Amino acid sequence: MIETTTNWFEACRVEDAVQNGGVCVKCGEEQIALFYFTRRNEWYATQNLCPHRRQMALSRGMIGSVGEDPKIACPFHKKTFSLSTGECLSGDECAIQTYPVKVEDGLVYIGLQN
Amino acid sequence: MNHETVIVIGNGMVGHKFCEKLTSKSDNFNIIVFGEEPRRAYDRVHLSEYFNGKSAEDLSLSHENWYNEQNITLHLGDPVKEIDRESKTIHSNKGLILNYDYLVLATGSSAFVPDIPGVDKEGVFVYRTIEDLELIKNYALNAKTGSVLGGGLLGLEAAKALIDLNLAETNVIEFAPRLMPRQIDSAGSQMLQTKLATLGLSIYTNKGTSSIEGENRIESLKFNDGSELKTDILVISAGIRPRDELAKLCGIEVGTRGGVLVNESMQTSDPSVFAIGECALFNHNIYGLIAPGYEMAEVVAANLCEGNKTFNGFDMSTKLKLIGVDVASFGDPFTTEPDSRSILFEDTHKGIYKRINISNDGKYLLGGILIGEAEAYNMLLQTVNNKIALPPNPEDLILGSRGGSSQTENAGLAGLPDDALICSCEGVSKGTICNSVSAEGCESVDAIKKCTKAGTGCGGCIPMVKDLMLHTMKENGKYVRNVVCEHFQLSRQELYDLIKIHNLKNYEQVLDNVGKGDGCEICKPLVSSLLASIWNDMILKRGNDTAQDSNDRFLANIQKGGTYSVVPRIPGGEIKPEKLVIIGEVAEKYGLYTKITGGQRIDMFGAHLSDLPLIWEELIAAGFESGHAYGKALRTVKSCVGSTWCRFGLHDSVSYAIRIEERYRGLRAPHKLKSAVSGCIRECAEAQSKDFGIIATEKGWNLYVCGNGGSKPQHALLLASDVDSDTCIKYIDRFLMFYIRTADPLTRTAPWLNKMEGGIEYLRNVVVNDSLGMAEQWEIEMQNIVNSYQCEWKTAIEDPEIRKRFNHFVNAPEEKDPSVKFDEMRGQKKAANWTTA
Ligand SMILES: Cc1cc2nc3c(=O)[nH]c(=O)nc-3n(C[C@H](O)[C@H](O)[C@H](O)COP(=O)(O)OP(=O)(O)OC[C@H]3O[C@@H](n4cnc5c(N)ncnc54)[C@H](O)[C@@H]3O)c2cc1C
Ligand code: SF4
Ligand code: SF4
Ligand code: FES
Repeated sequence: MIETTTNWFEACRVEDAVQNGGVCVKCGEEQIALFYFTRRNEWYATQNLCPHRRQMALSRGMIGSVGEDPKIACPFHKKTFSLSTGECLSGDECAIQTYPVKVEDGLVYIGLQN
Repeated sequence: MNHETVIVIGNGMVGHKFCEKLTSKSDNFNIIVFGEEPRRAYDRVHLSEYFNGKSAEDLSLSHENWYNEQNITLHLGDPVKEIDRESKTIHSNKGLILNYDYLVLATGSSAFVPDIPGVDKEGVFVYRTIEDLELIKNYALNAKTGSVLGGGLLGLEAAKALIDLNLAETNVIEFAPRLMPRQIDSAGSQMLQTKLATLGLSIYTNKGTSSIEGENRIESLKFNDGSELKTDILVISAGIRPRDELAKLCGIEVGTRGGVLVNESMQTSDPSVFAIGECALFNHNIYGLIAPGYEMAEVVAANLCEGNKTFNGFDMSTKLKLIGVDVASFGDPFTTEPDSRSILFEDTHKGIYKRINISNDGKYLLGGILIGEAEAYNMLLQTVNNKIALPPNPEDLILGSRGGSSQTENAGLAGLPDDALICSCEGVSKGTICNSVSAEGCESVDAIKKCTKAGTGCGGCIPMVKDLMLHTMKENGKYVRNVVCEHFQLSRQELYDLIKIHNLKNYEQVLDNVGKGDGCEICKPLVSSLLASIWNDMILKRGNDTAQDSNDRFLANIQKGGTYSVVPRIPGGEIKPEKLVIIGEVAEKYGLYTKITGGQRIDMFGAHLSDLPLIWEELIAAGFESGHAYGKALRTVKSCVGSTWCRFGLHDSVSYAIRIEERYRGLRAPHKLKSAVSGCIRECAEAQSKDFGIIATEKGWNLYVCGNGGSKPQHALLLASDVDSDTCIKYIDRFLMFYIRTADPLTRTAPWLNKMEGGIEYLRNVVVNDSLGMAEQWEIEMQNIVNSYQCEWKTAIEDPEIRKRFNHFVNAPEEKDPSVKFDEMRGQKKAANWTTA
């Protein structure tokens, strides 16, 4: 754990997040997709930009699983990416950035490395 | 081991493949690559896609850091000028002088430009690199008529590009008496030519070009027969010339008509220099295709790593889609009597030509040609390459076996030997593919692609890879059927029944009760659609919202750039002037691009997510409702003006269309549904191209079903004639419920009917004669759905929880997505073009 260098950004309240879906978080100039996988009681955060055609869209995509691995499908052309590693699961798009997430006192935080 | 230096000259498709192969076999080489073009190797085979919106980066064969990661030094935009074989050094244009132990020439070829007076005029281009395409694209902006010199494979490809650039007229000029003389016979050429002519190409064969006329820029072409053809732009595609100039300069042997001479190890006359790809001349042949080039790369890479591989010539079989027409040529396409016998099939109505050549004893397939329909290509090619014994009626191979089962196809697959080459681009055999299924557990084409690389080149083998996969799974005792996805081992129809029987009301319940895992982008929208068809609940009810396809989730169609389009319902295409004004005002206020759709409605594009509820609030206040353009649901019921105005009209088609549209609005189905009503047999509403279409007759209405526009047009078939308005609706109720219950996911009514045993007769029996005894139940179910209709948008804007979901940022609800960009065109906005990473 390299907790020490992580800067926790307050994204939203738990009830603002969409159950089993994503929301987009504005984080300075950046857009981060935040997913509340209620079914598995897990949280994930990734870049919001889909690398395929560079669309700001992943937060509007559908989450799901392949085997045990949680994934997100871009709404544009259904390219899928692992939520845990960011790796592209369909074809050869480059991987997406993922971020750690923690929940404290009903608030959701995204961990940024700086 | 000390590192030997390999210098590769040319960073084209084959040069790149060579680097991939060599680095995957060994890290013992110090690899240096020189490329003349300014960018990393890209997919030249799919070059034309550059005109369809693919960027240079999309076409690239490697990601940006690949060369770095492999420790390969890449010098782009720096051609090698000279080879000094004595000192084993190369000299680059920028002045680098480097030593090599081995040198690989992968310099490819250039377009051959015949010496016609005027070729240097402005507006004359070749078609080989991205730069060429950029020049053509810019120049074509001011051109109306375009011509291509050369009717071979590449020439037709270039002609397609000109069509795509929206030139009003495109000509192809061929010196020989026919198109593609090297791949297909004259009957095949004739068929191809007729087919291409109907697609808008003007084709001139037997035309020698004597000069290119025009002041500075091209204006016309003059031919040997004295005729002339006006043209604003000319693309020359008269063949290729191997780039052997470097080799020649340093005394390496080249062929008299060009090409670097190589032996079966791809060695040139200097044993430390190799040549691969389109610059290499092997056994008097230049191989102008990608698969043999890749094989040559493999041979050199293997030999440098102490393997022992040889190149033994290569099959020049190809299958292409030229301007939408399938063309394939395999084995020996031309052989004739007395060496062989041919079976020909010609259908001038559909534009299909097929020829297979078989050995005199009728045992083996030698080669053939397919025009207009080439589904059998892969299997036929395998039959030739693996010398598979022919069935007693070889004509079945191109006609399909008549009067019976479709056994032949799979029997063929099983009969292939394990080393049968399935993907020739990547050299993947049947054994490797089957093994990836059995041993590595690949159970999707994507997984096989990742694991074996099969199908990642030209993609032509993918149907066969899929068949092999299914076949192997079956062999392994896996029960293969049309299951939804890994989360539901059920077909759509089974799921439909289970949802009803267990009274399941949302996606999570369905998953918990009859599925496993956490769902995915395939089963979620499918289950949501079933739930909507069965219960007709508001689709954004909590628990259902995130299982909807993105378009359903936001009740609008996502468009390029991340904005949405808005389509209010305009039943039957009838609209009052006041309402037109409202649409205009809303579009102006929210800065939307407006366009009339093919279904007599008005589409407003470019709406920010967060503006959607505001837009709909205004539209609903003015009496509009959702048009369900985002859903797999009833879209539109088009109508002609009918008897109220038209002098031919028999009945009031508009009123009937409105009645039908209002009845089925919002109905969720396996796919979108379209309909139309025409007031007489002149059919101005094009009802026969719809999922269900109605045409007025003297005595009532004729009901047609299962028509389809779209990519595979199909005419609707007559289901019932001269029925009255109420009966017609009853039939439509039954027809639609039957379709919704039994169709596979994302299957429109036309393919659904095509697959139905017994076809339209059977369907008529079910719908009209109630042969299943379901009619009453279906009518009741439909009536329930009709009664529970609600405008989803109305519900959405009235519910603050749902409304919240339309904010782009959860933590800055008032801000719009700053990454949304528009361009301008004809005084309206348009989405900015795709870009890539
Ligand atoms: C429009 C089009 C469509 C095609 N369609 C198909 C198809 O459907 N199926 C198929 O199998 N094939 C097709 N081909 C052919 C296929 O693209 C070629 O066979 C393949 O690109 C050959 O690869 P190569 O590496 O030998 O040559 P290239 O890809 O041409 O690469 C050679 C590279 O070497 C560079 N070079 C040359 N001299 C030097 C030097 N002195 N120093 C440094 N660099 C140098 C060149 O600039 C070039 O970048 C098509 C070709 C075109 C143009
Ligand atoms: S289909 Fe017949 S009634 Fe309708 S507009 Fe055409 S001619 Fe008139
Ligand atoms: S035909 Fe349909 S899918 Fe294709 S570009 Fe036009 S609107 Fe889009
Ligand atoms: S933009 Fe995301 S899949 Fe194409």
